[in-house]
Amino acid sequence: MSRGVRTLIFLAGAAGLGMLLVLAFLRCPPFGGDWHPYRDMAVPAALAHVTPNVVSSVNFDQRGLDTLGEETILLGSVLGATVLLRPGRHETRREPQDVGRVLQVTRLGGYVMLPLALTLGLDVVIHGHLTPGGGFQGGVVLATGLHLTYVAGSYPALRRLRPVSWYEYAEALGAGTFSVLGVVGLVTSAALLANFLPLGQFQQLFSSGTVLALSVATGCEVAAGVVVLLAAFLEQTIMIDSSRERAG
Amino acid sequence: MSLYAYLVAGWLLLAGFFGVVRSRDLVHTAVCVSVAQSGTYVLLLGIGFQRGAGAPVFAPGIPTTSPVVDPVVQAMALTDIVVSATVTALLLAIAVQIAKRHGTVDPDELHALRG
Repeated sequence: MSRGVRTLIFLAGAAGLGMLLVLAFLRCPPFGGDWHPYRDMAVPAALAHVTPNVVSSVNFDQRGLDTLGEETILLGSVLGATVLLRPGRHETRREPQDVGRVLQVTRLGGYVMLPLALTLGLDVVIHGHLTPGGGFQGGVVLATGLHLTYVAGSYPALRRLRPVSWYEYAEALGAGTFSVLGVVGLVTSAALLANFLPLGQFQQLFSSGTVLALSVATGCEVAAGVVVLLAAFLEQTIMIDSSRERAG
Repeated sequence: MSLYAYLVAGWLLLAGFFGVVRSRDLVHTAVCVSVAQSGTYVLLLGIGFQRGAGAPVFAPGIPTTSPVVDPVVQAMALTDIVVSATVTALLLAIAVQIAKRHGTVDPDELHALRG
């Protein structure tokens, strides 16, 4: 199919979809209004479980099962990407050389920002039930913060800091802890992922029961998963020599 | 003007699809899928928005009776972002494999399936 024909078919379909969307939007609740029935149920439920961050309460308490599914999607995708990016039959690994020039100021910036980024990531994970944040956001901050060592110009240093097999175990540990906490909730309270831990005082660090525990487990899994994923892509670019395959 | 945020969401979706249809590079295709998906963030957050309401996080000093925006759609937007990131990672990994096996990343030059 030529590009012109394809574009014409797309324009016809887009016009139809666009019209349907506008018709649907016309019947949506008006933008910025005060009619939010889900909000009116989710906020009291979060306050009943002593969780100031209602979004975390929705994610790790009220809709815990959905988050378990979400975590499994992440696990599956990391697994799939790692399998797709494994070295092929005609490819050889080569030791990376520390080539290329990095500005001194970039190097300094990278190493100064590294501890700050890691601290910020831990803070976002651990206070996920009190302030904006949580396991997913903090996990991504942790994983990308670790890669500041690569930005600072040293792939060998990143590899020393990041034995990938450890992160594979950490990812499995995080996902496993989440499931085990869910099953414990099922045994003690007759509901999967029920909030069975003591709820504590409002706005204290150790409060809101399983929300904190599940957030930390998720942070562990997400940080490790993103590190493994980026490691697969980086290795593909830096360490795989596929020149023979291209020639053959 | 109450439709504006919703129309932006619809426009992002269609602009992303347009990019996928006209794409000449698989990496560009993966980015366009992300653009189409980001329309759902705008739609979800637009539905949950309330004028004058704060974030659904009760920090010390904020009374628990003060109005907040809908936290449920925010949690769904978070789910959406995670799914978008995983889909992008898989699409890019597939693009790497296609570049290796076929020597091109132009979708129009990929005619036959090859094992």
